[in-house]
Amino acid sequence: MILEASGVTVRYAGTAAAALLEASCSVDATRLVAVVGPNGSGKTTLVRAVSGLSPVAAGEIRIDGRPVSRWPRGELAQVLAVVSQREESVFPLSVEETVMLGRYARIGPFAAPSERDRDAVRQALDRCDVADLAHRPVDALSGGEWQRVRIARALAQEPRLLVLDEPTASLDVRHEMELFELVRKLVDGGLAGLVITHHLNLAARYADRMLLLNGGRVVAEGTPAEVLRKDVLRRVFEWPIAVTTWCDGSPQVVPLRPGELEE
Amino acid sequence: MRARGAALLAAAILGSLALGLAAGAVPLSVAEVWQGLWHADAPSSVIVRELRAPRVLLAFLVGGSLAVCGAALQAMIRNPLAEPYLLGLSGGAGLGAVTAIASRAASPWAVPIAAFVGALAAVGLVYRLSLAAGRRLDPRVLLLSGVVVGSFAGALMSAIMVLSDAAGVRNAFLWLLGGFGAASWQSLAVFSAYAIAPLAWLGYQARALDLIALGDEPAHHLGAEVERTRRLVYLCTALLTAASVAACGIIGFVGLVVPHAVRTVSRPLHRSLLPLVFLSGGAFLVLSDVVSRTVVRPLELPVGVITALVGVPLFALLLRRTLA
Repeated sequence: MILEASGVTVRYAGTAAAALLEASCSVDATRLVAVVGPNGSGKTTLVRAVSGLSPVAAGEIRIDGRPVSRWPRGELAQVLAVVSQREESVFPLSVEETVMLGRYARIGPFAAPSERDRDAVRQALDRCDVADLAHRPVDALSGGEWQRVRIARALAQEPRLLVLDEPTASLDVRHEMELFELVRKLVDGGLAGLVITHHLNLAARYADRMLLLNGGRVVAEGTPAEVLRKDVLRRVFEWPIAVTTWCDGSPQVVPLRPGELEE
Repeated sequence: MRARGAALLAAAILGSLALGLAAGAVPLSVAEVWQGLWHADAPSSVIVRELRAPRVLLAFLVGGSLAVCGAALQAMIRNPLAEPYLLGLSGGAGLGAVTAIASRAASPWAVPIAAFVGALAAVGLVYRLSLAAGRRLDPRVLLLSGVVVGSFAGALMSAIMVLSDAAGVRNAFLWLLGGFGAASWQSLAVFSAYAIAPLAWLGYQARALDLIALGDEPAHHLGAEVERTRRLVYLCTALLTAASVAACGIIGFVGLVVPHAVRTVSRPLHRSLLPLVFLSGGAFLVLSDVVSRTVVRPLELPVGVITALVGVPLFALLLRRTLA
């Protein structure tokens, strides 16, 4: 198992309630796990804990068998790549330079990037379909292009586990679909994937397993069909919800207007 | 294009050094500078070797150091307006120096040492205040603490200057505006001893600075030890700035304007940016020093006045170009 989190509790200073309470999950190669839940349910806290940014009060997170706190930063960045929710560029680099940052954990402080590093950058640019933009400054990219560039940078790290925190926020339908297609392709190619998302329907179609969080607790875990159950979703999201089945067999969630029939 | 840029920079550096050796109260020709440099018995030897060479080298080293500090702090705070003196250093150093001048300390080293101690005390206080807000070093809190500590030190400094005699006030005022009039081989050696290790360490962290400029989370995910790097960058820039203030008073705008100007022609990656910023900052301060001692010859204007007079319009121009 590449990622194994068991009974993880995270508390932030100054708040009584735990941001994450006894949460467990695991991700292996070629598997995509989607983490869903309402705002403030602990999704981003889970990402922060997995990447070693938020200290764990109880439980344990292991990456490739080693507790996350025991990984030196530079080494962890060669196994785990995280595309965080937001990132603003103050001193805009070119797309190619940005993707090369993904190699920094592997390049010595005074060494120039090797042919191997340049290859990895070229491949990452190609896989994310941004090779044409290589010389463009990142502040001249559209939202969808910028997300693909950040994923390319994560791929240049040559990780075994890719974590994406709301990668499709503020993207239009085409870019959302392209992004999920890309992530699925990368996972099928051998990566382990953990994606935080508010898109229950896309998660249901692309993920192998889902984790539903509420108030910092895991309230459901399993295949999309096991997790996306009407009663559970109504309780968690506090809104009337219907669940139908798409032609590929994946459950699809329809939030109802007040007074609309549920069946 | 790259070769042309390198040739231009080399010409600017050599030109500034040559001008620094030739210009002054007693103007020298290029031939006289050459003679003075290589022949101990030449008439210009004392002026070139004992007065101008250490002065020019010190100005170059201080200018380069302040510019590197500016570039590193801008990356660390993720704010292109950051510069060394925003962190309360000038206030602390000024307070130390004014205290030494007002108490009529006799030793020639008293003022620089007091300024160094004052700057480090201010840095310590700013650091402590920043940590009081949380265990992590938050750049925004750091900046605010710097402004607060700088203002407090400025108020104390004004009180001391008002209460001391007129000559003391003038001396303190002149000293605060910065200058290389007292430069010697000894002061150059002392500054170099302080500057080399922090400069080398900042150079070693060039790639970490690229990552930290992205923000804490992305930098962490890409393998940077964010908190440790930030503390050490802060320590190194504090040491460099305190040593600069001790060597030649408070010279503003070098750390702000030079990194900005270099970024308009160079890539913002610190591995190439830091050396370029160092060389350009050095040339800029040497040229500012030349202007300071020639524009109202035989008097000298404080070099801090020149860097501000040149720096402010230049900065406005760069800002307009960047926003256009």
